[in-house]
Amino acid sequence: MTEAITTVKPERAEALLAEIGQERAREMLEVMWTIRAFEEKAKELYALGKIHGTMHLSIGQEASAVGTSYALRPGYDYLLNHHRGHGHVIAWGRGNNIKPTMAEFMGKQTGFCRGRGGSMHIADVESNNLGANGIVGGGIPIAVGVGLSIKLRRTDQVCIVMFGDGAANEGAFHESLNMASIWDLPIIYYCENNQYAMSMSVERAFNIERISQRACAYGIEGFTFDGNDVLAAYDAVSRAVERARAGEGPTLLEAVTYRWEGHSKSDRQAYRTREEVKAWQAKDPIPRFGERLMQAGLLTQDEFNAVRDAAYQKIEDAVAYAENSPEPDVANIMDGVYA
Amino acid sequence: MLETTTTATRELTYAEAIREAIRQAMEQDERVFLLGEDVGVYGGAFGVSAGLIDQFGEERIRDTPISEAAIAGACIGAALTGMRPIGEIQFMDFVTLSMEQLVLQAAKLRFMFGGKATVPFVLRMPGGAGTGAAAQHSESLENWFVHVPGLKVVMPSNAYDAKGLLLAAIDDDNPVIFIEHKLLYKTKAHVPEEMYRIPLSQTNIARQGTDLTVVATSLMVQRALQAADILAEDGIEIEVVDPRTLNPLDDQPIFESVKKTGKVLIVHEAVGTGGYGGEIAARIAASEAFDYLDAPIRRLTGLDIPIPYNRTLEYHTVPQVENIVAEARKLVKGEY
Repeated sequence: MTEAITTVKPERAEALLAEIGQERAREMLEVMWTIRAFEEKAKELYALGKIHGTMHLSIGQEASAVGTSYALRPGYDYLLNHHRGHGHVIAWGRGNNIKPTMAEFMGKQTGFCRGRGGSMHIADVESNNLGANGIVGGGIPIAVGVGLSIKLRRTDQVCIVMFGDGAANEGAFHESLNMASIWDLPIIYYCENNQYAMSMSVERAFNIERISQRACAYGIEGFTFDGNDVLAAYDAVSRAVERARAGEGPTLLEAVTYRWEGHSKSDRQAYRTREEVKAWQAKDPIPRFGERLMQAGLLTQDEFNAVRDAAYQKIEDAVAYAENSPEPDVANIMDGVYA
Repeated sequence: MLETTTTATRELTYAEAIREAIRQAMEQDERVFLLGEDVGVYGGAFGVSAGLIDQFGEERIRDTPISEAAIAGACIGAALTGMRPIGEIQFMDFVTLSMEQLVLQAAKLRFMFGGKATVPFVLRMPGGAGTGAAAQHSESLENWFVHVPGLKVVMPSNAYDAKGLLLAAIDDDNPVIFIEHKLLYKTKAHVPEEMYRIPLSQTNIARQGTDLTVVATSLMVQRALQAADILAEDGIEIEVVDPRTLNPLDDQPIFESVKKTGKVLIVHEAVGTGGYGGEIAARIAASEAFDYLDAPIRRLTGLDIPIPYNRTLEYHTVPQVENIVAEARKLVKGEY
């Protein structure tokens, strides 16, 4: 069974842009650029030896991060994130949180987690960003509890949990989607299928065409869309949000996208070809959205360039802030183990 | 007067005491709810939650599918977002299927997030051998959790403590692993009706003595107390010390006891190698009590084997009263 990857048709795009509005649409573009600039800077800082440990870059996946978060209400709804999660943190904060994000990335006291979490564990609990996760699929069962809590408290909040194609093959995925389904929990299970779980391609790791097909095993809606189209992500999540708020239960979404960089810093990328990477780079989600806005008369080429330049400048400011921030005090090393 | 007498002699079983704590906590705080396998109409595999569904309904006494990872995850997510769940793992053995969520998520979230999140839930589970359930339904895995900073580990040894410790655990803002013992469920003790709390991390002297300190956990506290009665007939007075909360441990009362008696025997049901007794022994050896020791620190633990099915083999796998009596005599007589 082959299911199509749903793309947003021109008339639907027009309607979505009308719903989003010019100001917000421009902001979405700005946040996409901010994520790109953050990730490129992260790579550079690592190369310069200013970052220790590892990191997982999301360059090429910005549409997914931004489209999802703009369909939700940060601070009201909940986000559970995965290890390739810088973009989701930034999008959840509408690009206004890059200083504590960068500071956390650099392990500083002013970081979101006071330097205790780092790249893989950035959380902003105050805005209901319940954290990135270093364990593949680690947030998937936690989402069940968030959804259950929402249901018991009788609010119309929604929880989105991001994970990759690799996580869909963890056992906890099965337990959790089933539980969310039988209890009609307001959860969006959002799979960013970026084609590889480290080196394992989706072709080798699955015997189905689309990961969203698994939804039928749990009696829930499943939907696959073009994850490099910010409007497609926005549209898909918006529909899932509507269902969740109406008490109609969880949805399994699959965003088809691609990571341009290696899995982490140790990746020599022997499992894929340069041609494949280039083919996906040609589908860069940022100029794609820019062109969409220009066609709709919501943006000029000069404005597009200005938005990009401003984003890169903002990142420089965030790096300066992080570099000038204090290191955590070793005297407080035991803080936070217990409440 | 009559009412006072009734209250003073009110006895509940360990299972009833736990049920009463759950019921009272749920009556008082709507954020508290119970979830687990067969906790509803069935009443839990050991009957602990029997009848609660009639009072609270299936939303708050929530049956789950057989999904231990998702049960743990449900506790974590609900706790992170303002609820105070009580999860039940049907047999402690099955918590091995929840370990990723407990060890890598529940225990670490607060620390990883710079102290900005709280994860207040209790995960109850019955451990222990003695029911003929063999190797996969008889485990004592408390030390797996003791080894994980961020988790609290509680092991009540009697009905009175079970209620007071559970209420304190529900109030606590940390994930608490609450380990019950199958052989204790039907044991009775005086349990007041009011909602009393026994603070976590407060070691209890279960019996005063002068000749030997016996540090024991869970069911082994009861066996040590029985051993104490037998030894007392020969004029040997052992002091029985029950940590109650294994981590974070209140170790000073243990040191004080050892300073008084000069000898210590540590008794637990879990296997010896890598067991909790090693932690207690190391702490004593590193404390001011070391200078007071006039015999080696001894451990009496479960054998380093899976729990066997055969009744006789099972009996000989974990410490019994007579084993405690024999070890105590040897220590007191200076045979080590």
